[in-house]
Amino acid sequence: MGNFFEFEFLAGHIHYLLFIILMMTGLFIVVDKTNLVKKIIGLNIFQVSVFMFYVSIGKVTGGTPPIFPMDSNYHVDQAAMQSNLYSNPLPHVLILTAIVVGIATTSLGLALIVRIRESFNTIDEEDILQIEQKMTREDNQKYKDDLKGML
Amino acid sequence: MASVAHIAEHSARDLIDHLPLLQVLVPFCTAPIIVLFGNRSLAWPLAFISSVISLIISVLLIISVREGGYISYTLGGWAPPLGIEYRIDATNAFVLMLISTISSVVLPFAYTSINDEIRSRDHSLFYACWMLCFTGLLGMVATGDVFNVFVFLEISSLSTYVLIAQGASKDRRALTAAFDYLIMGTIGATFFVIGLGMLYMATGTLNMADLADRIADQGANRTIRSGFAFIIVGMGLKVAMFPLHLWLPKAYTFAPSAVTVFLSATATKAALYVVMRFIFSIYHPDFSFAKNTLEIIFLPLAIIAMFSASFVAVFQINLKKMLAYSSIAQVGYMLLGIAILSEAGLTASLLHMFNHGFAKALLFMGAGVLVLKAGGSFYTQISGMGRKMPITSGAIVIGGLSLIGVPGTAGFLSKWLLVQAAFERSSDNSLFLIVALSIVLSSLLAVIYVWRIFEVLFLREADKSIPSSEAPIMMLIPMWILAGSCIWFGISTDLLYDVANQAALNLLDGSMGMSGSILDLGVK
Repeated sequence: MGNFFEFEFLAGHIHYLLFIILMMTGLFIVVDKTNLVKKIIGLNIFQVSVFMFYVSIGKVTGGTPPIFPMDSNYHVDQAAMQSNLYSNPLPHVLILTAIVVGIATTSLGLALIVRIRESFNTIDEEDILQIEQKMTREDNQKYKDDLKGML
Repeated sequence: MASVAHIAEHSARDLIDHLPLLQVLVPFCTAPIIVLFGNRSLAWPLAFISSVISLIISVLLIISVREGGYISYTLGGWAPPLGIEYRIDATNAFVLMLISTISSVVLPFAYTSINDEIRSRDHSLFYACWMLCFTGLLGMVATGDVFNVFVFLEISSLSTYVLIAQGASKDRRALTAAFDYLIMGTIGATFFVIGLGMLYMATGTLNMADLADRIADQGANRTIRSGFAFIIVGMGLKVAMFPLHLWLPKAYTFAPSAVTVFLSATATKAALYVVMRFIFSIYHPDFSFAKNTLEIIFLPLAIIAMFSASFVAVFQINLKKMLAYSSIAQVGYMLLGIAILSEAGLTASLLHMFNHGFAKALLFMGAGVLVLKAGGSFYTQISGMGRKMPITSGAIVIGGLSLIGVPGTAGFLSKWLLVQAAFERSSDNSLFLIVALSIVLSSLLAVIYVWRIFEVLFLREADKSIPSSEAPIMMLIPMWILAGSCIWFGISTDLLYDVANQAALNLLDGSMGMSGSILDLGVK
């Protein structure tokens, strides 16, 4: 940890720092905002930070994009392929899956918000909480049940 | 049993070799088929048939691995560690059997319950979602590739959110319950992916066995340790580990009854299996950080969960909500079994997973029947229902007894083993005496909340307006199958104990790495 505040160390790990900043931004929005749509946006930022994390760990210093090198006849250049240093494509492929999952989550979340808006007439968490607390109070009143059988 | 040291290429010969994949593939293919047919009357039979096929497959799998060893299935013929591997050993075969049994038993129950609780035009989509959720849970457990775990986790989670939201036709709070779970579940799953990313950075592999080998080779460094933290927190959310349990009570209370039955018995268990896999097979408790996590974090949190959730459950006035809180407490017992970190503790934990799955499914089914008959599960609504439907309530009583852990029921066995495991550890650390004591004391709290069900059902005056009739036969049979197994596994303890013990031994052995003894399913 001794070299943490040195410029080279920070510059070399800039993608981690950006990942952490973005991740924390996303998490903060999810926790802080009461508007449900904003929560979903925060969730998206949070997920995108992870995508960036994955994409950045695939990078190999000095590596080319992981594409077969072609010779002038548009055939795979075997000789160049042997010597070629290329970035690791696997994390990118992995994160494609996670991106799809992220889209599914977002659309499901937004669909739920539409339904919530229809039945609660608000998409603000505070208001929903109040409505729900009122419902719970009414339930408790209506179905009041002391521990009479227990004592 | 012929053991093959190394399978280089894809050598499947017949259908039986494909069992590990079929386990997941059958329900996975059923889901789109149900949607394509779109026919309401076909949806349920299709779902049920594929669920039973899954059950048969899981029984075949557990028969072939119950003596130890594992089956390795390579997807698409790409040899692991590059290709995705499905690796079935006694541990995940055990969990696979739990999940497919529960789905097969609950679906007949769901038929009537869903007809009552969900609009009929949504039925075929509902069963498609059920199949997807089922697929996700099976896949999470069957796979031997960590990123595959994440994919299946999300398949099961996304369909779970939909299933929970279906409760909205009864109570609109189901929508917010599903939304809360979506937010928390996604954060959990994303944490899990971050952890996997760190593991990949440190080792360059995603295959569980290969990961275990490489982590053991290079020892722990900061990347590997922080990956562990991310993975445990992310999965802890799905397990409903004590401070991360907030999504659970609301989701279980407002989801349709059948969904609650299914989820309570399977979802947290599958996630718990993943936690066990990571702690024992991929990482190893020999690492001080893994051991410390268990003893300093899991153990106290498990005990707090056992007491606080049970205590909250005592004061609930809604049966479903009470059972939901009780689930959190029971997850505490399972985590405790892991944290005791011995063969006996793990066996107890796995057994409790199974027994609690059965007992809690039974109780939630009982709640489902009461919702159907009385229109709700508040205690004042279901007062005296036990006298009106004695056969149904008899099953509920057995489930309750198993939940407490009364001798003669399955719940007794696992709690007894848990206490025993704690006593075993107390010889070198006297703090475990307190652990053993707290298991017994928190069971007393279970006595109180279960007694409340009995008191409400049998000792109170019934509402005259509700006709006295038993539950429909489609609901009674699954309930009594589960009630019968609660008793059967409480008396004939060997069968389940042997499998659970083998599963625990497998876990404690650590990973068998890339070159363990592979079982050959085909020609013996």
